[in-house]
Amino acid sequence: MIQYAAIILFVFGIYGLFTNRNVIKMIVSLNIMEIGLNIFIISIGYVGGGSLAPIISSTQDLGLIYVDPLPQALVLTAIVIGVGTTALGLAIAKSIFNTYHTFELDEMEESA
Amino acid sequence: MKNVFGFLISVALGIFIILALANTDAFPAFGDVDLTERISNAYLDINNVEQVGSANLVTAIVVGYRGFDTLGEVTVLFISALGVAFIFGGVKQKRLDLDFKPNFMLRVGSNILFGIILVTSFYIILHGHLTPGGGFPGGAIIASAVLLLYLADDRFRSNVKGFKVLEGVAGSIFVVIGLLGLVFATAFLENFLPAGTVGNLISAGIIPVIYVLIGLKVGSEIAGIVDNFLTEEESA
Repeated sequence: MIQYAAIILFVFGIYGLFTNRNVIKMIVSLNIMEIGLNIFIISIGYVGGGSLAPIISSTQDLGLIYVDPLPQALVLTAIVIGVGTTALGLAIAKSIFNTYHTFELDEMEESA
Repeated sequence: MKNVFGFLISVALGIFIILALANTDAFPAFGDVDLTERISNAYLDINNVEQVGSANLVTAIVVGYRGFDTLGEVTVLFISALGVAFIFGGVKQKRLDLDFKPNFMLRVGSNILFGIILVTSFYIILHGHLTPGGGFPGGAIIASAVLLLYLADDRFRSNVKGFKVLEGVAGSIFVVIGLLGLVFATAFLENFLPAGTVGNLISAGIIPVIYVLIGLKVGSEIAGIVDNFLTEEESA
């Protein structure tokens, strides 16, 4: 079920990218898309039936069920890369603002 | 008009994704996963866990099995920090002015909080192989402590050069540890220290060492990005 929520978040991000012409709002839309994808990747690792976080609490094999740790490790990577790209995008937005004194792409084209 | 068009395309895309996922074996329903068919079954095997020695399996994958990936990931973060510094460019001396004048209580209180946040971040980094957390969240917490000082103190300016040296040294030691794995074991970034008992603070061989280095590197990189955003060129 949560997979559908993740897809809906992703679609929200796509819609935001289509309709917004403000640089900051476009970066926020990209981040919403990224969060949707991350939730989706984590959700495909969930094992039902009272499964635990993938942290070994006992070295005896007690038949504990753990969720799949691999999607979580990959999402950890994706989050860090997302921070890097967001920082780079915001830096570009700031330098655009210093040049044109606006975040709106339409106003930029008029003043250019 | 543009909004309606974008809305229709987004909805069509969402329906397309849901239909594409609903009819395949590769994406079972939520919670309906059989781990014995996946590669993760090997990570969960108790013998493999004792060989790696890390109680937190996510850490075991990120730093142990896929340490080379993590080296690339840290490099990507370094390159984006480099890009931010390149875009803002120039010799920047003056920090952005705050809209208010911080009083004595705010300055001293934020300094006390800075210490507490730093201790928390080191706790999270050092216990990365035992509890949730690790180098990346811990590094982000270090950077948030630096951001707190920037926002609460109008004269604060972090030691950017020190951060750059720290970042370079941490990254170099990461690579050197990988090369030591080539010397003492058989492969790059292979564990050459004893794995110890699962669950002890000193266990898992090189994993805590590498996570501390990653934490310092990520913290100094993000603190450098924060500094880049909050300084500007001196307008003489």
